[in-house]
Amino acid sequence: MTEPEHATSAAVLEIDARIDTAPYPAVVADAAGIVQALNRAARTLLPDVRVGETLTATAPGWLAESHATLAADPTPGPSPGGAAQGWVDRRSLEGHPVRHDDGTVTWWLVDDTDTRLAREALRTEQARTAFLTEVSTALLGSLNLQRCMETTVTLATVNLCDAAIVMAPAGRGGRYPTVTAVRGGEVVHDVLDVDAEEVPGLAEALQGFPPVPSRWLDPMSVPEWLRPTGFGEVGSIVVTPLPGHGVPAGALILVRGAGAAEFSEEEEVVARLFATRAGVAMSAARMYDQQASITETLMRDLLPPTVHQLSGVEFAARYRAAQDGDRIGGDFYDVHPASEEDEESLVVLGDVCGKGLDAAVLTGKIRSTLHALLPLADDHLRMLRLLNGALLNTHDARFATLVLASVARDGAGVRLRLTCGGHPAPLVVRADGRVEEAPTRGTLIGAMPDVGATTAELTLGPGETCLMYTDGITEAKGGPFGDELFGEHRLHRALGECAGMPAEAVVERVQMLASQWLGRGAHDDMAVLAITAPRGQHLTAVGGHGRGRYTA
Amino acid sequence: MTDPTTRTPTGPEESLRKYADALWSAAIAGDEYAATDAVLGALDAGVDPEAVLLDVVGAVQRKVGREWAANRISVAQEHTATAIDERVIGAVGHRVRTRPSRGRIAVACVDGEWHALPARLLAEVLRLRGFRVDYLGAQVPAPHLVEHLHRTAPEAVAISGSIATRLPTAHATITACRATGVPVIAGGAAFGSDGRYARLLGAEAWAPDARAAADRLAEGPLPRPENSTQAIDDLPHLADQEYTMVTRTAPQLVKAMYTGLELKLPVMARYSDQQRQHTAEDLDHIVQFLATSLYTGDDDLFGHFLRWTAEILEARSVPAAFLVPALELLGEELRDFPRATALLEGARAQFSASLVGTKESA
Repeated sequence: MTEPEHATSAAVLEIDARIDTAPYPAVVADAAGIVQALNRAARTLLPDVRVGETLTATAPGWLAESHATLAADPTPGPSPGGAAQGWVDRRSLEGHPVRHDDGTVTWWLVDDTDTRLAREALRTEQARTAFLTEVSTALLGSLNLQRCMETTVTLATVNLCDAAIVMAPAGRGGRYPTVTAVRGGEVVHDVLDVDAEEVPGLAEALQGFPPVPSRWLDPMSVPEWLRPTGFGEVGSIVVTPLPGHGVPAGALILVRGAGAAEFSEEEEVVARLFATRAGVAMSAARMYDQQASITETLMRDLLPPTVHQLSGVEFAARYRAAQDGDRIGGDFYDVHPASEEDEESLVVLGDVCGKGLDAAVLTGKIRSTLHALLPLADDHLRMLRLLNGALLNTHDARFATLVLASVARDGAGVRLRLTCGGHPAPLVVRADGRVEEAPTRGTLIGAMPDVGATTAELTLGPGETCLMYTDGITEAKGGPFGDELFGEHRLHRALGECAGMPAEAVVERVQMLASQWLGRGAHDDMAVLAITAPRGQHLTAVGGHGRGRYTA
Repeated sequence: MTDPTTRTPTGPEESLRKYADALWSAAIAGDEYAATDAVLGALDAGVDPEAVLLDVVGAVQRKVGREWAANRISVAQEHTATAIDERVIGAVGHRVRTRPSRGRIAVACVDGEWHALPARLLAEVLRLRGFRVDYLGAQVPAPHLVEHLHRTAPEAVAISGSIATRLPTAHATITACRATGVPVIAGGAAFGSDGRYARLLGAEAWAPDARAAADRLAEGPLPRPENSTQAIDDLPHLADQEYTMVTRTAPQLVKAMYTGLELKLPVMARYSDQQRQHTAEDLDHIVQFLATSLYTGDDDLFGHFLRWTAEILEARSVPAAFLVPALELLGEELRDFPRATALLEGARAQFSASLVGTKESA
């Protein structure tokens, strides 16, 4: 740097003063790459470059190479090819060549550092957004905690780290459910019986309180149980709490191998955003699971029971709630088996006015009341009166209609006592296909101070069926023209084809015809229950213990 | 009720046929005990339980479908045989217990599907193979299925469907299942003999029968669904709304066709109530299948339905000739819908030709 000042100033004399003062650096070189002139800005930028020296010796490599390529290209024209790009110190420069007639080239150098940085930041930001969107889509889909944990570790190993562990807050027994993934490997579930205090920040993260920031751990001090199996040397490891909105969601542990770079500041930001999303998804899944468990427990007694063959009589039932999302509604049925083989079983099928959860709650009351009244089942009318009294004494102004059926095996047939309380009379399908209405009538329950009803007694021969149904079947509106009721006439006709069929086949047939009749139309709750006397030569064996005897 | 392809049974075919014949006679007569004896006898004789389910019970069920189509058994017999088969499957499950050693699979029918037996057979076969199976049965509304998937997160859900008109519903169900991150394997006649509708509607896998489905699931986990697409991306042609319009106006279309037919075919004036209802239901079927073809964008589906209907009607001695004027009437009603019009015209031309063909060969 001790060159005499005049060498450069002499060269400047050859350059136009207007170019010399231009704000952009300009370097002129001939075809051999020897610098002919450079302006003031260029001298500041490239102090090594001197007139008379070669670009190769003094200029940045990228500029010298671009110049050589350009000089080797015989195509005439002011500026063939595009701009060159390269770095000088920490500045990014674009070199725009202008070819002159005498074979020299002027390189105009433009600083594009900011544009370049902005572009790179944009790319990073786009990748981050794409990743977080993918995370959200994948996590939002599932309300299952296990699945959310799996998704979290899988996505983390694809985009953030070499191995990821999600630890959920301790379950029963103080053990921590964990899900681990190593990049490219399978997701592993485990339950760890460990002391979270061994890892700084982990216990707080798992409790969800007090709030802690992400914490870097010393790879050497990480306990063995936190090292993913089959994972080599740990390079860097970070524990991030998963925010749970009021409930602890657990902790996310990201691990990078010894060879990998440490987390950059941006990567830490992404990891935190990722943890936020994962934490929210996991706490939503946990809350959903809790709610679903509560609902399941509360609904258990309201769900229609499973009905099957009992004491030599076939029973089958089907239920379809008015709202397809519901499992319960205002229709109900129950089969209370006889305590002794030859005693009567009691069957109930009914309909509470209204639908949905409110109606279902009332069906629950009716079902438990009738259950308590079972010892009085000899006298249907008395049962109905007591039930009526019980319903009148509730705040609920709803009323109900129902049928009681006492059922007992009688030789090859089945003896029935049927009593209706304001309900459509049961239909009896005889062996020859005749369909009869059981002669029983009665008032609805829970509306008037007193109820009256007549009981019908009848016998089913082998293969004959008594069908109890709710008006959701006959009032199903639809059909090919879209506006007709399914109606009693069609129900009778359909049952006429059901002679000799097993109980489940009869209910399936009726439910199927009514549903097909409905098409996509809205409907009321629909319940059907069939009581069938089994047919066939094995009837005498029903009390026995033959191999054919089993219940589905 | 089309036959799924059956593969060579594992046991000696001769004896399997013997057991299937015994089960057939018992099932069709509604004799549960003889039916149970037949399958338990096969198990006692050392027949592989999977073969008992698929090549004895499954064979009987396929025969039920064929015999019903040919009008050789009554509706009562069809339902009775199915109910007995269902009980028999229960008996096999009771006899052969397998300890779960593989992942969890949910098995369900498309909502509105009434043929539950293929799904039940698949559930039992998967259980035999060591899967932990949740069998949800027929008539599962999509919300229930989705709720189940959220709660249990199975490895896969198997969806069975035999009625092609339920394909739009199946699509909604498949999309909903995949959105929860659970991959779907679809099977049954509704998805086409080559599984084309399973692929079209986004299922991760398709199997022609229960054995193939079990093989596929045993092979390894299905790929996790990619949720970057939405249901409409599978079927961009739905943008023309023809499916929606046809479905929404179905009752009016049926009414218009019925009234038009009464003018063209004087014999209808003498129809009984039941004949009227049957005719109206046949017309309704035409509209439903047309709508499904518009939904899937597949003309073959409609043509296949017409040929099948003609066979069913012929087996019941109902002249299929009314189908041609019915299609013309429907075409008039839908003349403003280009896709429906093209579909109906193509189907009518092809179908008329096939009617002439049968007459000449007869």
